[in-house]
Amino acid sequence: MSGELAIRLRGVVKRYGSITAVDHLDLDVPEGTCVGLLGPNGAGKSTTMRLLTAQAIADEGELEVLGFKLPEESKQARAQCGVVPQLDNLDTTLTVEQNLLVFAHLYRISRSERRAAIERALVMAKLVDRRDSRVDKLSGGMRRRLLIARALVHRPRLALFDEPTVGLDPQVRQELWALIDALRTEGTTILMSTHYIEEAQRLADTVLIMSHGSAVAAGPPSDLVLEHAGHEVLEVYGPPARLAEVEAEAGAAGMRTRRTGTSISILGVDGSNGFSIDGERRPANLEDVFVLLTGEEIA
Amino acid sequence: MATAESRGARLGRLERSALTGVLVREAVNYSSYWKSSTFSSTVEPTIYLLAFGFGFGSLVSRIGGYDYVDFVGTGTVATAVLFSSAFPAMFGTFVKYQFQRTYDAILAAPVDTEELVTAEALWIATRAGAYGCVPMLVAMAFGLDPSWGMLAVPLIGWIAGFGWACFGISIAGYAKSFENFNYVVSAVLTPLFLLAGSFFPLDNFPQWAQVLANLNPLHHCVVLVRHAVFGWNGWRDLARVGALAVFGLLVWRVAIHAMTRKLID
Repeated sequence: MSGELAIRLRGVVKRYGSITAVDHLDLDVPEGTCVGLLGPNGAGKSTTMRLLTAQAIADEGELEVLGFKLPEESKQARAQCGVVPQLDNLDTTLTVEQNLLVFAHLYRISRSERRAAIERALVMAKLVDRRDSRVDKLSGGMRRRLLIARALVHRPRLALFDEPTVGLDPQVRQELWALIDALRTEGTTILMSTHYIEEAQRLADTVLIMSHGSAVAAGPPSDLVLEHAGHEVLEVYGPPARLAEVEAEAGAAGMRTRRTGTSISILGVDGSNGFSIDGERRPANLEDVFVLLTGEEIA
Repeated sequence: MATAESRGARLGRLERSALTGVLVREAVNYSSYWKSSTFSSTVEPTIYLLAFGFGFGSLVSRIGGYDYVDFVGTGTVATAVLFSSAFPAMFGTFVKYQFQRTYDAILAAPVDTEELVTAEALWIATRAGAYGCVPMLVAMAFGLDPSWGMLAVPLIGWIAGFGWACFGISIAGYAKSFENFNYVVSAVLTPLFLLAGSFFPLDNFPQWAQVLANLNPLHHCVVLVRHAVFGWNGWRDLARVGALAVFGLLVWRVAIHAMTRKLID
């Protein structure tokens, strides 16, 4: 079934009053791949996620999820999707197992398979021995794992993760990455929105960078890096006045630069002989591309 | 192959499995809060019953042809139904979409807003039908004679409760904040609750007020419960059931509209 698209968006527009949250967005998610939706806050990632479950209805454009047209056939699509929301919406007065039981019903798992599905989800979330704990007694990491397990209890073909690790400490984040990676290995299609570059770089086969509601670049992370930031970057540190000088100099030489706050990065220095500014050379990365394409200013 | 299998029949509206899913969620949650909910839904009307029963009961022994305690005991069934439907619907719905974001989670599953609202109202109606019987049972302890018609009381409470649940959900759907509920409670629910004929008969009210009372679903609920307990009044009671059903169906659609606006951008 390679080549089939799990998600296909064409020219999708979503407006809220005078604000255009999603602006003529095209998005392809081939089956069996993990696509990262990368963008700064307010780029339209969460709105895009809501459009995919028909919790937001597009003003223009075509949307297909697992071959179903949205919003008309959204319910069929949702039956085969698992959604991990950005904000925890577990039933906090219920136990871990009760939360899974409720969603086993909501996702229409037949009576004969329900027990096994819940057990599998408990194992996946590493919460087997916490099955009888109330959710409000769990740690933040456990709650996140449960939120993910709840979304996957019915073995969906497509998993939608909206900022899966936002606000979590690094250990928990790594744990969740392992969980998502295992899911990907099993062949589940994944669309994941994030503003953590490392997350996208580690997990996503392809990345779509969003800014102001539309896609500004798409492709495998390494290709994007190569295309927009080259092989190497020259990192120059110094006082602000010095940085401004370097920026002007590099600009005059036709080089692209980006600020990092404490330094200035000159992109794509690999081929430029005779460029004589002192600094540290380092490999280009996705963050360089991200900042270059989505702008340095925080709106 | 996967595509052929997955396309299948288009899923319809108001599917049983979607309704069941939402009902199971409510039932499982109920196991964690049934004590407080049962307490408030039974103690409140019981206090009304005792206060009015002993307060007024000492002044008037009979009213409208009934013993006063029997009159209030049957009248407060409607109060219990209202308290256990409109109020939980208003507050519960608001909390579930605003604070707990439960509805976001449910609508990401194969459940539509129409199914979500319908199942929530069915659940609340069922609870209201059960809790509505409490004042009647308390009145029985104080001497209300049992009758076969009492078996219809949970059903009357269920029909009325469904309407009031949808009413509460609608209010929550249109409300911008919790404070908005004050207007509804003061301007709508309190007058309807007092002009239902639970505590005193409406016979001595001016003609226009009696006509108006026929637009009050709670009034129909009060009368139907009394007639169920003390003896039916034929077609007129059937018309009252019809009025409750129309009320329920109307506010059901309004609730779906209100929540769709709220939940779907």
